[in-house]
Amino acid sequence: MDTCNVFDNKEMNIVIVGHVDHGKSTVIGRLLADTNSLPQGKLDQIKALCRRTDKPFEYAFLLDALKDERAQGITIDTARCFFKTEKRKYIIIDAPGHIEFLKNMITGASRAEAALLVIDAHEGIMENSRRHGYMLSMLGIRQVVVLVNKLDLVPAEDRQRVYEEIVAEYSAFLQNVEIIPQHFIPISAVEGYNIAAKSEELPWYDGITVLEALDAFKEIADGDDHAFRMWVQDVYKFTNSRDERRIIAGTVSAGRLHVGDEVMFLPSGKKTKVHSIEGFNEPEQTSVSTGKATGFCMTEQIYAKRGELCCKIGEQPPRTGSLVKTSIFWLGKEPLDTEKVYKIKIGSAAVGMRVEKILGVLNASTLENSEKQTVERHEVAQCLLHFERPLAFDLSGQCADTSRFVIVDDYEIAGGGIITDVEEDEELEKKLIRRNVKWIQSSMTPHERESYYRQQAQLIILTGNIQIDKKEIARKLEKKLLEHGKIAYYLGIGNVLYGVNSDIKSDDSMNSPEERNEHIRRLGEVANILLDAGNILIVTANELIPDELDTLRQIIRTDNIRTVWVGVDNRRAADFDFYYPVPSKSIADELAQKLFCI
Amino acid sequence: MMTHLDNLESKSIHILREAYNRFGNLCMLWSIGKDSTVLLALARKAFFGHVPFPLVHIDTHYKIPEMIEYRDRLAREWKLDMVYGENADALAQKKTFPDGNCTRIECCKNLKTEALRCTLSGEWPRYRMNHDTGLYERDENTEPYTGVILGIRADEEGSRSKERYFSPRDKNNDWDIGDQPPEFWGQYKTDFKPGTHIRIHPLLDWTELDVWEYIRRENVPVVPLYFNQGDGKRYRSLGCWPCTSPVESEATNIDEIIEELKTGKFANIAERSGREQDKEDGGGLEELRKDGYM
Ligand SMILES: Nc1nc2c(ncn2[C@@H]2O[C@H](COP(=O)(O)OP(=O)(O)OP(=O)(O)O)[C@@H](O)[C@H]2O)c(=O)[nH]1
Ligand SMILES: [Mg+2]
Repeated sequence: MDTCNVFDNKEMNIVIVGHVDHGKSTVIGRLLADTNSLPQGKLDQIKALCRRTDKPFEYAFLLDALKDERAQGITIDTARCFFKTEKRKYIIIDAPGHIEFLKNMITGASRAEAALLVIDAHEGIMENSRRHGYMLSMLGIRQVVVLVNKLDLVPAEDRQRVYEEIVAEYSAFLQNVEIIPQHFIPISAVEGYNIAAKSEELPWYDGITVLEALDAFKEIADGDDHAFRMWVQDVYKFTNSRDERRIIAGTVSAGRLHVGDEVMFLPSGKKTKVHSIEGFNEPEQTSVSTGKATGFCMTEQIYAKRGELCCKIGEQPPRTGSLVKTSIFWLGKEPLDTEKVYKIKIGSAAVGMRVEKILGVLNASTLENSEKQTVERHEVAQCLLHFERPLAFDLSGQCADTSRFVIVDDYEIAGGGIITDVEEDEELEKKLIRRNVKWIQSSMTPHERESYYRQQAQLIILTGNIQIDKKEIARKLEKKLLEHGKIAYYLGIGNVLYGVNSDIKSDDSMNSPEERNEHIRRLGEVANILLDAGNILIVTANELIPDELDTLRQIIRTDNIRTVWVGVDNRRAADFDFYYPVPSKSIADELAQKLFCI
Repeated sequence: MMTHLDNLESKSIHILREAYNRFGNLCMLWSIGKDSTVLLALARKAFFGHVPFPLVHIDTHYKIPEMIEYRDRLAREWKLDMVYGENADALAQKKTFPDGNCTRIECCKNLKTEALRCTLSGEWPRYRMNHDTGLYERDENTEPYTGVILGIRADEEGSRSKERYFSPRDKNNDWDIGDQPPEFWGQYKTDFKPGTHIRIHPLLDWTELDVWEYIRRENVPVVPLYFNQGDGKRYRSLGCWPCTSPVESEATNIDEIIEELKTGKFANIAERSGREQDKEDGGGLEELRKDGYM
């Protein structure tokens, strides 16, 4: 009989947590042994190893595979083990209980949909019994079963009382962290009470076994009915292999996406439509659902980049902003530093971040709050964080993938958290979203306009060292294009500064960062209109840096943009499409040749 | 509705794309075995028919000859950027187990671990396939690879069950198993000090059965050595021939292999049971892997 057909549904990831030495690894080892889930000979191999090294046999050694773990009788790092019942496949994640390895516990628990929490009846509820309970709540794991272990060590007549005391006390704690356990089960991992089969030793208990509790966990709904969210993980164009598709790649975090859907990228606010859903070695798809690693092509080639959040027009939009209220847990070896610039990563977005204010620090075990202004390793805190650039995200409780972040210190992930609130701000992104939504459409599509003019609108940005004359190159290029029947226009930034920008133009405008940004924004808006009109537009400005080019790309709706740097600056060679260290008379001709074959 | 295999596939693709985005000098190790070939198939899906990084094969010269032939055929068919490296000195001086000059573990260290370390770092020559001639030529590029994708699975053995998806290796290629970085919410360790590199493991959550079911679903070509060719034997795991023995099996095709793994005679036998180097002592593989073995 093929018993595995039922396995066509999803596997389930279960984590086992609790205080050090309370018997987590032993529970799993015993479960594997009692259900005949071990590879042949494995148990004997461990028994032989224990004899050879003169150690008492431990079921935990089935999981604690590292030499150091066996030597110290402790789990150091999370182990995955594969297990199946009649009902489904499981990956069981055995987490360490020692406080030193909290980062490893979180690594394991973050992958789980449900948790077993082990408490040693003999020792009682300990610091990490509580801390792990709190972490489960923070990690969003709501399905929890509590195992009261080592009842073999308690005299038979006291067992029920000891068990019930733990149930009462621990339920109260879990309630404070918003977890209602599905079951409490009295067990002995070493003796096998209530693991895979009901035990006669605990006659006063008439609930389910650990094995039954696993099968009773519910699969979490797939999220297809949420608003669509997908982080842009990358944008592919494999031109070298003669593939002209430009594919926005990512994994669907929530909702569904269909061909023809109108989508927006945030925070940039750019809009387009889904032209096709791309795949390889699979039947053509017209829609994709939550969890799928996918990619799509757009009808209008806009500039979208990694770190943007793609959502659907007409659905609940994500939030954007740079000042957010968060709950974080800290794993860094050094305390959280309010002076330091960290990096925050949320989905595929990564940006510099500063801690604006520590609002409160919580001891995750005692649940005591304090006003102190430092967050030490393993503490939990409410903080106000300030991102260097606005990002798009959701608030916690809506979509896990878009509301959770990690904090990176130098090279290491040093903490994690969830966004609970945001101070909305009026940034470029907001302006652009509004502009795009309010944009008055012509009856002519960009595509039709292209066929009238027999050219594609294109922006050529000529920049470079201040001493170098770029205007002359631009004029020559404009002339050459016009002579060849193109519709071209040269716009120097000066033409905008004293006109459109006259309200903010000061003597030293281009050297003050704030004013410079606004000048560039306006240049971008003017260019956007000229490009929408179908022109080939040549723009000159001094010493534009990559961030400023990004701003222009963000504002301008076509992605048909070429950048040219003139003058010696080796760093620029990689940032620009064309790099001419030495100005020469032939640059305009070369550009005309390379860009337009004329 | 996403199936179990769809889920595994999407998670692995996500990891591959993340690796491709974060690492400038990325490569994928291709041992020609079923796992790394599944990884290759996943890469073609992730990148819509392309494999935008080199495939590196560590040639121990003790691989079964069909494997090398199959490697080069697929490399030509799929236009793969194929690179190989080897421990030329150890081979010339016969510092190998089959030559009777060292133990199995030492042999693995020489022909695999060392060869891998020095090929990745670029200290030793790399040979790259020239698709015009179909021949290998000395690779001009000696830049170290900073991201290395491998097809290991957590169900293979103990130390692999503790791996991260993105697992750092220090300057000497060593793995600090006692202090691995945290990894959660799909955020991986992609920032690293110069001189170190990151191993990327997209297949950690796959089992042997998953791999075969995926091979069937996706028509992934595998070496015929996995099937019984009429002598009642097949390879379940492919390594060097002196250290890998075939298992007794009548399975001549993928369906039969899957049946064998699900309910048949291998349902409860570890895959690497045919690998001798795993047996030499308790933590043999852990020690090898700490030093950089895959
Ligand atoms: N008497 C008795 N001992 C137990 C029981 N369960 C576990 N132990 C013992 O408790 C010790 C610790 O067990 P482990 O399973 O390693 O504990 P753990 O929770 O995995 O520990 P860490 O992973 O290090 O946090 C071992 O010596 C076990 O044999 C039990 O039900 N009864
Ligand atoms: Mg343990």
